[in-house]
Amino acid sequence: MDTLLEFQAFISQPWPWWAGGITIGLTLFLLLYFGKEFGLSANLRTMCAADGAGDFADFFDFDWQAQGWNLMVALGAMFGGYMAATYFAPGHIAHVSEATVASLNEISAGVPGAEFHWNAETGADVPIVPAPTLENPNVPDFWNLYSWSSLFTLRGMIIILGGGFLIGFGSRYAGGCTSGHAISGIADLQLPSLVAVISFFIGGLIMTYLFLPYILQIPI
Amino acid sequence: MKFFKYIMVGFLFGFGAFKLEMVSFFRIYEMFLFQDFHMYGIIISGITFGIIITQLFKLGFVNTIDGEKKKFNPKAHTWPRYIIGGIIFGMGWALTGVCSGMMFVLIGSGYTVFAMFIAAAMLGTFVYGLTRSHIPH
Repeated sequence: MDTLLEFQAFISQPWPWWAGGITIGLTLFLLLYFGKEFGLSANLRTMCAADGAGDFADFFDFDWQAQGWNLMVALGAMFGGYMAATYFAPGHIAHVSEATVASLNEISAGVPGAEFHWNAETGADVPIVPAPTLENPNVPDFWNLYSWSSLFTLRGMIIILGGGFLIGFGSRYAGGCTSGHAISGIADLQLPSLVAVISFFIGGLIMTYLFLPYILQIPI
Repeated sequence: MKFFKYIMVGFLFGFGAFKLEMVSFFRIYEMFLFQDFHMYGIIISGITFGIIITQLFKLGFVNTIDGEKKKFNPKAHTWPRYIIGGIIFGMGWALTGVCSGMMFVLIGSGYTVFAMFIAAAMLGTFVYGLTRSHIPH
């Protein structure tokens, strides 16, 4: 029992960045070893095809059942997220830098109670995602973006539905997403994937600097 | 049962993604402001391991579970789709702080409103499927 608790405490620490290399590397290795690819946005095409989109466009008229394995990877990712969030991530904190806390506070400046804090010993008090949870019930309304109540505000609608649309359209247009291009494609030394990832960053910088602060400031 | 191994791989990735805060809107925001090394460390170390692993398969040091040589599909060298599609994807990535893998992890983590995000992403993919012959690739 003690060993189990020690194991839980060990896993529950914040993971260092290099653990990301191990996680991603292991995921890629296993999928290649099984004769498959690492690319999660392909599931969106599969789910469209499974819903009968093949009747509307040839793009969806393919043997989607052969892609069932990738839907299982997505299902597994849901379980993994559930286990990590429920048992192995006390506090649900995003351990962002002091500079980021300051930048976030700049966006929410003037909104009472929306400020985040940073201190040298405990770090940031920023929740892992912008929404209240059991672990983090006191998330200010200004930062309540990922919830059903937020979906019914203009701001939440733009962030949830607008972002989803851009991801779905953009990933298929570009032929892959962060897993398909940034990991699988670049690991295979594919020049198109490098171009795609540079473009991801250009798009991300445009959004982050030119639009996101103003979208977040839309009154709720 | 043939699907079990894929669920386990997904589990590993989803668990790690949450623990590494790759699912975090705030981490993605921080990355685009270049204020911390964390996300870049994940991407760079992931790519480094990825290159080694991919070359092991390509050079034939490792074969697939069926004993066959792994085939890789080279991507077509036509640029507009990667640039325009990539910029659109990147804007969505920064807007919601979520990419297409993380949306599944977030639903599992209890942020069920991501069912609507996935529905919107499916709509985006569907619209791409309808319009793809009319847009530059």
